[in-house]
Amino acid sequence: MADTRPLIEVEDLARTYHVGEVEVPALRGVSLTISKGEFVAVMGPSGSGKSTFMNLLGCLDRPDRGRYLLNGEDVSRLGPDPLSAVRNRALGFVFQSFNLLPRAAALENVELPLLYAGVHAHERHRRAMEKLALVGLAERAHHLPSQLSGGQQQRVAIARSLVNAPALILADEPTGALDTRTSLELMALFQSLNDQGMTLVLVTHEPDIAQFAKRILMFRDGRLVEDQPVAGRHSAAAMLTGAAA
Amino acid sequence: MNHLDTLRGALRSLRANRMRSALTTLGIVIGIAAVITMLAVGEGARRQVAEQMKSLGTNLILVLPGTVTSSGVRLGGASRNSLTEADARAIRQEIPGVVAAAPALRGSGQVVYGNLNWATQLYGVDGDYLVSRDWVIASGRKFDDNDLRGKAKVALVGETVAQMLFGGTDPTGQTIRVKGVPLTIVGLLESKGQNVMGQDQDDIVLIPLGTARGRILGSAQGRPDSVGHITVKMADGSDMQAAEAQVQALLRQKHRIQPGQDDDFNIRNLSEIVQAEQASSGALSALLAAIASVSLIVGGIGIMNIMLVSVTERTREIGIRLAVGARRGDILTQFMVEAVTLSVLGGLVGVGLGLGGGLLVQRLFDWPVVFQARAVLLAVVSASAVGIFFGWYPARKASRLTPVEALRHD
Ligand SMILES: Nc1ncnc2c1ncn2[C@@H]1O[C@H](COP(=O)(O)OP(=O)(O)OP(=O)(O)O)[C@@H](O)[C@H]1O
Ligand SMILES: [Mg+2]
Repeated sequence: MADTRPLIEVEDLARTYHVGEVEVPALRGVSLTISKGEFVAVMGPSGSGKSTFMNLLGCLDRPDRGRYLLNGEDVSRLGPDPLSAVRNRALGFVFQSFNLLPRAAALENVELPLLYAGVHAHERHRRAMEKLALVGLAERAHHLPSQLSGGQQQRVAIARSLVNAPALILADEPTGALDTRTSLELMALFQSLNDQGMTLVLVTHEPDIAQFAKRILMFRDGRLVEDQPVAGRHSAAAMLTGAAA
Repeated sequence: MNHLDTLRGALRSLRANRMRSALTTLGIVIGIAAVITMLAVGEGARRQVAEQMKSLGTNLILVLPGTVTSSGVRLGGASRNSLTEADARAIRQEIPGVVAAAPALRGSGQVVYGNLNWATQLYGVDGDYLVSRDWVIASGRKFDDNDLRGKAKVALVGETVAQMLFGGTDPTGQTIRVKGVPLTIVGLLESKGQNVMGQDQDDIVLIPLGTARGRILGSAQGRPDSVGHITVKMADGSDMQAAEAQVQALLRQKHRIQPGQDDDFNIRNLSEIVQAEQASSGALSALLAAIASVSLIVGGIGIMNIMLVSVTERTREIGIRLAVGARRGDILTQFMVEAVTLSVLGGLVGVGLGLGGGLLVQRLFDWPVVFQARAVLLAVVSASAVGIFFGWYPARKASRLTPVEALRHD
């Protein structure tokens, strides 16, 4: 039985950027709830406020207005250090540009959240290897990001987002820098994570990619204009084997 | 995040920019090397002075003719010849605790042996002179009573004079000529080396006082028994201030100086002279220390500059770390540890160079250097202090970034 208690409750969330004298209202009051186990795709034209919204959900930024309850806890008024702790324990973030430390090997990149969680070296190593194996990169553990393909780097980033067993994975255009096939592989990975109960929110421009989610949010001009479930189930893994056949 | 991880991370990013790290810390290296060398050289000099002070004897009093006015000007003229052999005798007999009271006449002149000649110091002395200076004979004999009373034409020569005229062979028994007077060398003085002022103490010829006064140094001097100065040596453990006061009172009485009138002689304590010398070498080391600290500050500014550049360059890295849960304190610590590691490594290299520099000074200038663990500790502590002080601002700047800002940077 699915747990229907909301993981995310957002009420009238707003964020305005100030560029000199000019005010840019990037998010103009968004309200929604996301339950545990959901797989949500966020879509909308460029500049519609998707990244702004994701940064707020990811506790990388703070709203000017509104409330954000994560797992029942109001995180919209927390200070920098408590927010760091939330990001470390409850959230995993995947970026379009991977954002791996260039001089650290894949394994060390995956260990990074554990380092700040105060986990001992031995345990850190064990858990990071486990996640690297999960994304199929165990034998690349000691490669630097520059020695990995884009798809592989994004897998390392996903392993890193998973390593602290977060409640939620946020991904801002994770396939934006990848080709179609690699994107499909990545979506298959996300779907399998979701099948195991992980809650996912993912921004994408591509309707094909959004089809792999279970629910699609449409943003326009800083507002949520559409919120619809995806009809039918599209399996990225099946499409991959289908394409191979 | 544990300390070992932090340190490892710092070393990694310093290694990533090896050349830059090395150049950045060069200021610290030079500053610390300078500090270490200065301290070693300064301590060597201090010990040498202390040693010489001991060998000079702090229980010596020097009595010079002439008046010192309150403004410090020494008056010559009539009082030039105010000290006499009789004064020395009186001091020897009447003041308790006097080991020797040696009157001496001083001058200079050419000493001739065969076709060699050498300009040196000439001292007319009596039997107390060698006692007052703790000087012994290396070969031959001292002046005896006959030499002194009979104004014999004899001499004692110092090591340097023996070297110059006799090429190191024993000069005892040879005859030299000083101002036309033939003198037979009866003994060679043991070498004393340089004194505190750097003068060669072995460049000297001693002649019996009577002999010197009569034909060699005497003609211009007024009174028949006047002397150039008197060296008074007190027994070990004497109260030197009391002894000085006694000498002063005795001489005032003998010279019939009325109360309220200035002395026609002046008394100096040898240890005062040495202390003055030491104070000036202290001033020198203070100056060197100031130069060293300026170089440390400049080195620190170099570190701050590069750390600021590094924070800007690594803004994205900071963003990534913040995004996965680094707290502001973690970022602050990371950059502080980098700055301090950089400066401490520089400090250690500087210590090595400084020790090498000290040894070089020792070899090249034959200067005694003394290394102290204390100095090394001081150097390492000041290097880390520089790192902490100049690393603080860049590190704080890094830790104040917000995750979104930092991640947007490229
Ligand atoms: N740091 C910023 N300073 C000022 N304005 C900003 C900043 N970040 C975003 N904006 C503005 O806020 C609005 C929303 O930006 P946002 O990045 O959320 O859009 P987006 O939906 O993610 O677009 P895209 O699909 O191109 O990534 C845009 O008008 C953008 O110009
Ligand atoms: Mg965006």
